[in-house]
Amino acid sequence: MTDFIEPLIGGVILGVSSLLLLVANGRIAGISGIVSNLLKLQPGNAWRWMFVIGLILGPVVLQTTSYNLPNINSSWWMLIAGGLLVGFGSVFGSGCTSGHGICGIGRLSPRSITSVVIFMATAAITVFVTRHLLGAA
Amino acid sequence: MNLIIALIAGIGFGIGLTISGMVEPLIVLAFLDVAGAWDPSLAFVMCGALAVFIPGYLLSKTKMSKPIFAASFSLPTRSDIDKPLLIGAVIFGLGWGISGICPGPAIANLSGMDEKIFGFIIAMLVGMIAANKVKTT
Repeated sequence: MTDFIEPLIGGVILGVSSLLLLVANGRIAGISGIVSNLLKLQPGNAWRWMFVIGLILGPVVLQTTSYNLPNINSSWWMLIAGGLLVGFGSVFGSGCTSGHGICGIGRLSPRSITSVVIFMATAAITVFVTRHLLGAA
Repeated sequence: MNLIIALIAGIGFGIGLTISGMVEPLIVLAFLDVAGAWDPSLAFVMCGALAVFIPGYLLSKTKMSKPIFAASFSLPTRSDIDKPLLIGAVIFGLGWGISGICPGPAIANLSGMDEKIFGFIIAMLVGMIAANKVKTT
């Protein structure tokens, strides 16, 4: 509850990384956009591969310190259903937590602000239903 | 140089997501669980990211005619709120609320070699391919 220092530091690092990609390469650090473009196997994807490799390597670098990746405890149906919906929704809605949440809101884009408000509210309602009405997790 | 920047930004993203706690689905679900034992710490991730990105973006917009290592900025130009944006955000929010995982943390979790993360990512990729198909038809 009181531990906001690490989220804040992590957020600043995310902001710096997004800004670096923007001012150096002119690109938006939107993970769903980057990954879904890789699926199209088009030319010009080299930087996207490098970004994804970095994204995998970052936590590996950190594991030399006290940070570790979590065990995933959610049930299989939640992961598969969640994965399908997250994949479909982020591409259909042109972005996710990174693209809309950081770069989009950061550029004060009305589309991104709308998207983030809607997906945050929907996610909160979903958690309310699964945890408090259905009693899962 | 473009590729090195993309790699560095990716590594930064992976580190930021790990330090902030975004890679832990239980922390994400606790953030979304406003009616339960609400853990607001992840709100600071967005605060930290935007505190860097917004001033940086505004500065780059006024001072830079092009990115440092690219011919031009590749930024979204749309500002209309259309149906796919809204529907996508709802579907994404549903999936995020069910699983507690969004695309960035899913990929950042890969090196943890948890079989459930592979399951999530495969489902996510299937969802993305489906959305790409629906969007282009």
